[in-house]
Amino acid sequence: MNVDFFEDEDSTVRALRRSATARRDESAEAARGLAERAAREELLDVAYATVDSPFGPLLAASTPRGLVRLAFPEESEEEVLERLARRLSPRIMRAPARLQAVARELDEYFSGRRHAFETELDWTLIGPFGRKVLGVAAAIPYGSVLSYQEVAGEAGSPRGSRAAGNALGSNPIPIVIPCHRVLRTGGNLGGYGGGLPRKRWLLELEGALAPELS
Amino acid sequence: MSQAPPPFQAFLDDHREVVWRFLLASVGRTDADDCFQETFIAALRAYPQLSGRRREHNLRAWVLTIAQRKALDAHRARARRATPVADPAQVSQMTTPAAGDGRDEALWQAVEELPERQRSAVVLRFVGDLAHREIGMAIGCSEEAARRSLHEGLSKLRKVVPA
Repeated sequence: MNVDFFEDEDSTVRALRRSATARRDESAEAARGLAERAAREELLDVAYATVDSPFGPLLAASTPRGLVRLAFPEESEEEVLERLARRLSPRIMRAPARLQAVARELDEYFSGRRHAFETELDWTLIGPFGRKVLGVAAAIPYGSVLSYQEVAGEAGSPRGSRAAGNALGSNPIPIVIPCHRVLRTGGNLGGYGGGLPRKRWLLELEGALAPELS
Repeated sequence: MSQAPPPFQAFLDDHREVVWRFLLASVGRTDADDCFQETFIAALRAYPQLSGRRREHNLRAWVLTIAQRKALDAHRARARRATPVADPAQVSQMTTPAAGDGRDEALWQAVEELPERQRSAVVLRFVGDLAHREIGMAIGCSEEAARRSLHEGLSKLRKVVPA
C-alpha cells in the first residue's frame, strides 16, 4: 500500500487544505487577553510595551517586582527581548496594561510635569557594584548633577570613577534611574548610553543645563 | 549548554495562526477561542523547561500536540453535555468551523463525525501540516498507526466529497 498515493492532491485533500486557510486569520483576536490571564495565573514573568517619548518609542519591560528595562529606540526589540529571556525568563509577553503606570509617569516626566518617578524598580539586571553606583545616581534630585568622582566616592570607591562611569553607562533603566545627572568634573557632559544629544536634552528639560545656542 | 527558548511572545506570534486554524477545524468556532487560550496557557506553563535548541518546526509540533489535547478535552466535554437539540440548523452552526460554501460545511461536518484518532490525524496533517511521525507523537501512537488513521479518515471523507 502506497500511503503517499492516498495523500495525492485529490479534491478531498485540496478542499481540506483550501478551506482550512480560506477563512480570515482571527488568531490575533483569539490571543487577546492572553497576557492578562497569564499575569493573573502568575505565569507572566516579564511584561513589555512600547512607550512614546520625544526620543521615539521606548521599549519598557516589567517583572512583577517592577520596571526592569527601558530601551532606546535604536536598540533592536528582538535582541532586547532575547537577552531578557536569557537573563530573566522566557515567559515574556506584550502586555501594555501592565506598563500603563510607567507610560503615564514617563509622559508626565517628558512634559515637565513630573520630577520624580514613583514606579517600583526591579534591580535584578544590575550587579552589586552597579547597584551601589546607580543607587547613588537614583538619589540625585531632579535638576541637580554630580560628577563621576562624587558618585564613585558616595558608592564607596573614591578612586573608581572610571568603573562608576561604566556602571552608569550600562544602566538598564535609563531616564528613570537618572544616570544622565552625572557629568565630568568641570561640567563636560561625559558619556551617555543613549547618546550625548539625549543627555543634553534631558538636562535642559530639568533646567540643569542652559539651552545650547545653535 | 542549555539555552532559553525564544521570548514567549515571539513563539506566540509565530504559531498562533496555525494553532487557531487547527482548533477551528478540530472543534469549531464556538470552542476554538477557549481551546486557543487553554493551549497557550498550558504552553506558557511548560515553556521555561523547553530547550532553546528545539528548532522552529519542533516548536510548532509541540504546540500543536498541546492544542490536540485541548481539542480532545473539548470534544469529550461536548459529548458529555450533548442533549437532543430540536433545531438541526443550530447544531450545524455550532459544530461546523466554516461559514463558507456548503461543500466546505459538509466536509467539516464529516471531519467532525470521524472517530477521534482519525479526525486528529486528518486535521494535524492537512491543517497543522505535520509529518506522520509528528502526528504519531501528538496523538500518542506509532508513525505507522498514524498513517493508518489518516488513510482511514481520508477514505471516509472521499465518500463525502465528490471527486
